Amino acid sequence: MNRHLLSAGDLDAAGATQILDSAEQMDAIQNRQVKKLPALRGRTVVNLFFEDSTRTRSSFEIAGKWLSADVINVSAKGSSVSKGESLRDTALTVAAMGVDAVVVRHPSSGAARRITEWVDCHVINAGDGTHEHPTQALLDAFSLRRRLGELAGRHIVIVGDLTHSRVARSNVLLLTRLGAQVTLVAPPTLMPAGVHSWNCTTSWDLDATLAGKVAGDVDAVMMLRVQRERMGRGSAGGDDPSRAAVGYFPTEREYAIGYGLSPARLDLLPEHAPVLHPGPMNRGLEISSMAADSDRSLVLDQVRAGVAVRMAVLYHLLAGADEASDGLRATEAVSS
Amino acid sequence: MTGSGQPVLLRGVRPLGGATTDVLLAGGTIAEVGPGLGLPDGAELIEADGAVLLPGLVDLHTHLREPGREDTETIATGSAAAALGGFTAVHAMANTNPVADTAEMVEQVARLGELAGLVDVRPVGAVSRGLAGEQLAEIANMARSAAAVRVFSDDGHCVSDARLMRRALEYLRPYDAVLAQHAQDPRLADASCCAHEGELSGRLGLPGWPSVAEESIIARDVMLARHTGSRLHVCHVSCAGSVEVLRWAKSRGIAVTAEVTPHHLLLTCDLISGYDPVFKVNPPLRPAEDVEALRAGLADGTIDAVATDHAPHAAHDKDHAFGDAAFGMLGLQTALSVVIQTMVEPGRLDWAGLADRMSVRPAVIGRLAGHGRPIAAGEPATLTLVDPTAGWLVEPAKLASLARNTPFAGRQLPGRVLATFLRGRVTARDGAVPARPAVWA
Repeated sequence: MNRHLLSAGDLDAAGATQILDSAEQMDAIQNRQVKKLPALRGRTVVNLFFEDSTRTRSSFEIAGKWLSADVINVSAKGSSVSKGESLRDTALTVAAMGVDAVVVRHPSSGAARRITEWVDCHVINAGDGTHEHPTQALLDAFSLRRRLGELAGRHIVIVGDLTHSRVARSNVLLLTRLGAQVTLVAPPTLMPAGVHSWNCTTSWDLDATLAGKVAGDVDAVMMLRVQRERMGRGSAGGDDPSRAAVGYFPTEREYAIGYGLSPARLDLLPEHAPVLHPGPMNRGLEISSMAADSDRSLVLDQVRAGVAVRMAVLYHLLAGADEASDGLRATEAVSS
Repeated sequence: MTGSGQPVLLRGVRPLGGATTDVLLAGGTIAEVGPGLGLPDGAELIEADGAVLLPGLVDLHTHLREPGREDTETIATGSAAAALGGFTAVHAMANTNPVADTAEMVEQVARLGELAGLVDVRPVGAVSRGLAGEQLAEIANMARSAAAVRVFSDDGHCVSDARLMRRALEYLRPYDAVLAQHAQDPRLADASCCAHEGELSGRLGLPGWPSVAEESIIARDVMLARHTGSRLHVCHVSCAGSVEVLRWAKSRGIAVTAEVTPHHLLLTCDLISGYDPVFKVNPPLRPAEDVEALRAGLADGTIDAVATDHAPHAAHDKDHAFGDAAFGMLGLQTALSVVIQTMVEPGRLDWAGLADRMSVRPAVIGRLAGHGRPIAAGEPATLTLVDPTAGWLVEPAKLASLARNTPFAGRQLPGRVLATFLRGRVTARDGAVPARPAVWA
């Protein structure tokens, strides 16, 4: 595995599969009474979060702790640009404390990658702006694989605010690398620039897509969160506070009618197809409660998978690719 | 240093790349041009060995950062960078702190330029008070001041309000001044937009800066220029559609001129794929098709001038995530070499053409007397001597600017400035500016 995990595109099929396989083993310890492996004892992981995130931060924290790493949360929100400190200074300061890995969440795209230019430790991208969120894609793949088996040849539909979604970018890269077919569905205003060149199909018509009329039968649907906080900003909104923000769609009602996963749309899906959502959900907007709470919803499985996948990522990065398999056997021996 | 009184004989130069001859500079002017000139008593001899002699370069678009950010550039250090780059005049943009929007401010900038004594520093006045885009700045006072401002610009901010734009164009007519517009519709590309909108911005997740945000403002502005009969200049044109609009406007006789930066002539947007903010600039780097259209536009004269948009920034203003870093790149010392590489070497401009786009036309646009003149007896000895056969490696730490943000670091570029003369005085020679004159003390 590479030194860092910045993009889902950093992983080839074998590397991704290795992490998913390790995550299966990691997941097993959730059923134990003592949820602790000694694998990363003595290692220090810093969650360097420049943006609020309860679930991703907690997930990385638990993952590190279950592997016996020392995990420290550093909330750097507002510390960088607004206080006048450069990202470089913040990163160097944290790295100077002798940490082995930093897990970076930042509101600007490419931030984690920039940090790798300045520090020697491992860097994991836990979401950078509207760019990528590779561990989210891994946990989605993990959840899908558990439900559907191997992903090669499967058809996954991703729906919603694609322009601002780091989840979508990472998922397209990872799912296609694992051999799945991806269709992206959104109104034209929420389609990323140049999406036609991505390795996927696109559609403005959710009903036709779910009914299999766009790119064939659907094996899973992933609903993205409509990021209300982004609706007033960005190139369509303008940065002049005195002028009304121009949204990407007229009303939430119209969005829900066109792109929400309603009970009727749930019925369009084949029996076996699960529903995913990275959370937090806007119930009634992009997903109905009926869909969110149905037995085909994987929402909580995804959260659980998050811990296992992040354990696997930390383990592979910090223990190193060579030691990884040996080490895992050793930890099993210790923990059994 | 060589005073304007000491004559200089340039032996074996090629004026505008033409036939080899000698040029004698004396008393601040070109005294004589012709082969086999004798060396007058007390004159300095420069063996030019076939180097190309050009009128001194004129930059229409320079950020000297003084007052306000003297940690990144001063009028003195920026003047040194300019002289070393072959420039004899620069237009200092108004976005200083405080903004150059009064007669007092522009006179101060001009005076600091005189003290530095290396290039003519021509202050650009703000169009709107504080660059806020709301009320007109004191354009007439600046025009009538000792600094005699002839270029007005809110650069960095687009004069997006159509009514303000119209009023400004009308108001500056009595002074034969020009309005230099930073064309960026803020409703189509706001301050967060930092990457050419296209396949790459979508993949990198960076807010897109669509070409239409530039093209649509230029289209509106050329119609306003036609309506008002005023002179419009378009700053740092970056895309093919803008060149089309300009070509149409010129064909209709509209008084519009335009500039392109060296970086938009050479660099393409794929350079940002590593998120390195040294490549973050406004307008953004564009795809190769746009670069080609800009070169074609400069070659056929649709684009009148090359202007550097020299924008020094401290390391700590670039050491951020791409979206949070400052816009802009250094340009004064690399401009001539980049134009040689992109336009002269491929045969798209000859040396006379380069002189036209980097000296003659910028001087006319800025209404700058004594620059961009023919190389003939009686004309000002305001000249640049270039060795077109020499190349050089761009090393940021060796540039004269206080800042280091050159996007050309590590590149081998063609063409070296051997000497720069301002009214007969040597302002740069073999990569160094003359010892600090007493007036600097």
